[in-house]
Amino acid sequence: MGYALREAAAAFRRAPLLVALSVVAVAFGLFVLGLFGLTTYNIRRAIETIEDRVEVVAYLRDDLPAEEVQRVAAAARAMPGVLAVRHVSKAEALATAVREMEEFREVSTELESNPLPASLELRLQPDSRNPDGVARVAESLSLERGVEDVQFGREWVDKVFFLRRVAGGAALIIGLAFGAVAAIIIATAVRIGIFARREEISIMRLVGATDGFIRLPFLIEGFTAGLLGSLLAVLLTYATYQIVSAGLVPIEWLPSSWAFAGVTGGALFGLVASGISVHRHLSGV
Amino acid sequence: MVKLVSVFKEYARTGVVLSNVSFHARKGEFIFLTGHSGAGKTTILRLIQMAERPTEGEVRVSGFSSNRIRRRDIPALRRRLGVVFQDFRLLEDRTAEDNVAFALEVTGARRADISPRAHRLLARVGLAAKARSFPAELSGGERQRVAIARALANDPLVLLADEPTGNLDGWATRGIVEIFREINQMGMTVLMATHDLELVREHPEHRVVELSEGKVVFDSGAPAAAEAT
Repeated sequence: MGYALREAAAAFRRAPLLVALSVVAVAFGLFVLGLFGLTTYNIRRAIETIEDRVEVVAYLRDDLPAEEVQRVAAAARAMPGVLAVRHVSKAEALATAVREMEEFREVSTELESNPLPASLELRLQPDSRNPDGVARVAESLSLERGVEDVQFGREWVDKVFFLRRVAGGAALIIGLAFGAVAAIIIATAVRIGIFARREEISIMRLVGATDGFIRLPFLIEGFTAGLLGSLLAVLLTYATYQIVSAGLVPIEWLPSSWAFAGVTGGALFGLVASGISVHRHLSGV
Repeated sequence: MVKLVSVFKEYARTGVVLSNVSFHARKGEFIFLTGHSGAGKTTILRLIQMAERPTEGEVRVSGFSSNRIRRRDIPALRRRLGVVFQDFRLLEDRTAEDNVAFALEVTGARRADISPRAHRLLARVGLAAKARSFPAELSGGERQRVAIARALANDPLVLLADEPTGNLDGWATRGIVEIFREINQMGMTVLMATHDLELVREHPEHRVVELSEGKVVFDSGAPAAAEAT
């Protein structure tokens, strides 16, 4: 192990440009992946924010007694997938309409009576904020006595979930493509490193060094290059996040578990790419 | 020590390079393996190192058989062999001492022993004074001496030399052969491939195995040849 560590360190000293190339290759491969991760994460957050707003509204009959309103609200609360129920009275509905809709503000003074119905606004649990979950709650609600109409914007919900599926699929495909590009770059850098030391390897084999002994310094080198490259990639991604967040659009930084997974993954990636390259080289000579 | 039994070697592209080759190099023998370029000398040395396997027949080296050896046992075999090449194969970015130390280090020698042992090996080939020189600063003969010191690093039982004097002048050649003779006198088997018949004639005391087109055409150590001489 001592020899392997010294040799790995010596390789960094003997060919600093080559090592720098490997580190930069890993860094850029993973930086692209990091940018993609940042974009995907923020799109996901945006969709989650939209999904948070998914709700079902039950409009109540005007003549519904207060105890009936309480009963319907309790029944709604007990439905599977329902997180919270808020009662909006006719007066509240009017106040909201006046506050939020300018056109309504102009005509409201001329109204003889409040035309807006009271309603129950249902917020759903996260796993029920999908077209099926929303439709199920809406259907159960429409069967309740005293409920005149149920609205949940079926088209809107369908679009949000279509967007989520498309974004998820695209994320997977593009992520795999960038991952493959990063893998090719790293494997090539490692192979250049092995090629530069082929003479050394051939002498090691000649004098009776074991394959494991020959492999170890390359594995340490690959791991270190992967680790340094992925740390650099995280720094570059963070710098990009700062620039975009300060000057363009406010976005969120990746969760620390993602950054940690990126660094660990980069280091392991370097290790595996190096292992495969050196194994192929040793099998071929 | 080294035995080839009815060895055939054939490559898909170049065809048959060795045909029914048999000979036995005993412990302490000095053998010149001669023949023109392409006769199969290098192939025999590669088969002995088990860098390749015979297409047919068997190569036995110090208890290892080409028919049974596993890939993971090859390093153990190679530690019993020292190999010297015509082109020296030294690491240009390391000193003479580091080149020798490298062979010790990668075969797991104790760190404290490496430097003194590398010095002793260089002294044995007459290069103690040039331990700190890089290969580019050495003459051809000196480079080959470093390569010999490296080959001796693991106290091999057999020294294989593939045209070791091919790039050297007459003076340096004599020096290298003298080192081989000294090593041989200490009990090591030496198998030296050369096409230099002049050199072979200068040492009639050593056994000669001559190859032509992949076949052994003369072996001074074989019973019939030994009786004839």
